[in-house]
Amino acid sequence: MKLLEIDDLHVSVQGKEILKGITLSVPEGELHAIMGPNGSGKSTLSYTLAGREGYEVTRGQVLYRGDDLTALSPDRRAALGVFLALQYPVEIPGVVTLTFLKVALNAQRRARGEQEFDAVQVLRSVRQNAAALNIPEDMLKRPLNAGFSGGEKKRMEILQMALFEPRLAILDETDSGLDIDALRLVASGVNAQRAPDRGILVITHYQRLLDYIVPDRVHVLAGGRIVRSGGPDLALELEKSGYGAVVEVA
Amino acid sequence: MTAAYDTSERVAELAGEKYKDGFVTEIEMVRAEKGLNEEVVRFISARKQEPEWMLEWRLSAFQRWRQMSEPKWARVHYPPIDYQDAYYYAAPKSQPDRPASLDDVDPKLIETYQKLGIPLSEQKLLAGVAVDAVFDSVSVATTFKRRLNEAGVIFCPISEAIRDYPDLVRKYLGSVVPVTDNFFATLNSAVFSDGSFVYVPEGVRCPMELSTYFRINASETGQFERTLIIADKNSYVSYLEGCTAPKRDRHQLHAAVVELVALDGAEIKYSTVQNWYPGDENGRGGIYNFVTKRGDCRGRGSKISWTQVETGSAITWKYPSCILRGDDSIGEFYSIAITNNYQQADTGTKMLHLGRNTRSRIISKGISAGRAQNTYRGLVSVHAKAENARNHTQCDSLLIGPHCGAHTVPYIEGRNPSAKIEHEATTSKISDDQLFYAMARGIPEEEAVALIVNGFCREVLQQLPMEFAVEAQKLVGISLEGSVG
Repeated sequence: MKLLEIDDLHVSVQGKEILKGITLSVPEGELHAIMGPNGSGKSTLSYTLAGREGYEVTRGQVLYRGDDLTALSPDRRAALGVFLALQYPVEIPGVVTLTFLKVALNAQRRARGEQEFDAVQVLRSVRQNAAALNIPEDMLKRPLNAGFSGGEKKRMEILQMALFEPRLAILDETDSGLDIDALRLVASGVNAQRAPDRGILVITHYQRLLDYIVPDRVHVLAGGRIVRSGGPDLALELEKSGYGAVVEVA
Repeated sequence: MTAAYDTSERVAELAGEKYKDGFVTEIEMVRAEKGLNEEVVRFISARKQEPEWMLEWRLSAFQRWRQMSEPKWARVHYPPIDYQDAYYYAAPKSQPDRPASLDDVDPKLIETYQKLGIPLSEQKLLAGVAVDAVFDSVSVATTFKRRLNEAGVIFCPISEAIRDYPDLVRKYLGSVVPVTDNFFATLNSAVFSDGSFVYVPEGVRCPMELSTYFRINASETGQFERTLIIADKNSYVSYLEGCTAPKRDRHQLHAAVVELVALDGAEIKYSTVQNWYPGDENGRGGIYNFVTKRGDCRGRGSKISWTQVETGSAITWKYPSCILRGDDSIGEFYSIAITNNYQQADTGTKMLHLGRNTRSRIISKGISAGRAQNTYRGLVSVHAKAENARNHTQCDSLLIGPHCGAHTVPYIEGRNPSAKIEHEATTSKISDDQLFYAMARGIPEEEAVALIVNGFCREVLQQLPMEFAVEAQKLVGISLEGSVG
């Protein structure tokens, strides 16, 4: 059984069709990259998978571990193990990061019928993961993402991924706005979380990230469709000749 | 870890209950005849076995009230109130006099307070909270009297204070909120039935949080409690009041008066968690909460701090204020006002700077959802002799949904050129981005709203005593149920 199977997915936003028939599957244990130029539908795909309101599936289906996801609310999907790291993580003033992490973690656990963690268990788990990502303790005590730098926000997304241990992680342009040191840190955080029972979908505009996170498969998204798929070499080809050439050939 | 955790967790548990305190306790009541006249005033006074001077005081207030009219300047709308169509005194029948100990209290009352989560038993000693509970018009039990007595602190029902400490009461009652102050305060002066009295002697730091819970149980009954707190020189007291009422189809009037007096170097911290019945989704029923609260920083370096969390009531009309009379005195007002459905709130504060180097700070967080209207109305007034007075006001409004309103009405008067007055105001909405982000991390929608709103209110919630902050955060979530989606 495939972890994620997308079949002929059509999605409209405010009545305009953005995704025009995407077919894609990600097996457990694999990391796939989706690359594409601006406006190709990359973010629409990630929002659709996470269940954001306003992203209307007009045709096709999204199977996650064999079940259709499309009717579920975002929080239900998260509880089932779907995680989306946002391109622009949102600031939530006044809500202490650690509080947010505990509330979210326990909401997921509650939805799965699992025992909730107490404050000590959460703190221990957060600290362990924070250290690996070079996230200082005081950042955990600040309101979530409020006044964080771009790099800090992205690291916080990866921290959440580590904490929630999703089965399917979608990383939407996690490399955007990062300098080279931050990029390395985030990439090593993602690599550390590759696991046999986990699938990862990395969405990116640039090949640069894939120097550090080597994908099993690369898909090129253009005009709302997957126009080419291939191995890691495809990313290098894109870098050399640009999207124009690849899209045209398709 | 902060208490916000428990909040969001409990909000989910309580989902669907909407107004959880809306039960009615079946207890036989003694009431005054319906309506308001001199006889009713005399009845209340007699019932309380009051001295002659107190009766005179009430009667003069009543005479005055008959010539007054309701204030109309607030941004609230309601049909005319028929003051003759309500009861002004109701008391549980089994105990016309106060019970001698907790054992004498009607078990049904104890049960009521347990339902409300107010531990009246002496176990609460561990938590360091002394509770005075006012059920409709009478004060039912005051715990921990002995420990407070040892410290010299007087904490008792005001009806008892009138009998036992007449000199203190006569000296201070009406000295902050005069009998003639305003329509509702004057009405209260005529018919107030009970409330709390606190006196903290010079140099004493009150050894525990003091707390009063008010509950309106009887139908068609107004509640008019009166609270008087005096902090003598260099003393400190922290006081909290909580309020609930059963669900009723008809509106009920609550017109309380609270007077605080802080002498030289004294500090009073007064916190309110107000959860009167707000009415249903269509605006039927709910409490009219017309309250006058004022503190007088009467000495040098006095400090009075108001913190309020207003989630209930159909209408809230309330402006806890500080008279900064003493030099170097400090006034603070921290407020969260949440309105949902058809609730209306017109609330804020008055900071009157009379002394030199007086300082005041106002932080107001208004949250409006449904078809509710939420107004902050505040006065900062610096008088001519108030050299170097300073004020900072921050007024933030949060809107949830397209049909509600937030209004900010600041009045600023500076009569001394050295005054520094700052006013900041913001209005924002809970963004779709924030909601989606929280939900994508597994947090269900209503819990996400509660979390975001609690974040918005954080600066004020932090001012509450710890155990009440948890309660308040929980209320924030419950009050906003059904406001999204």
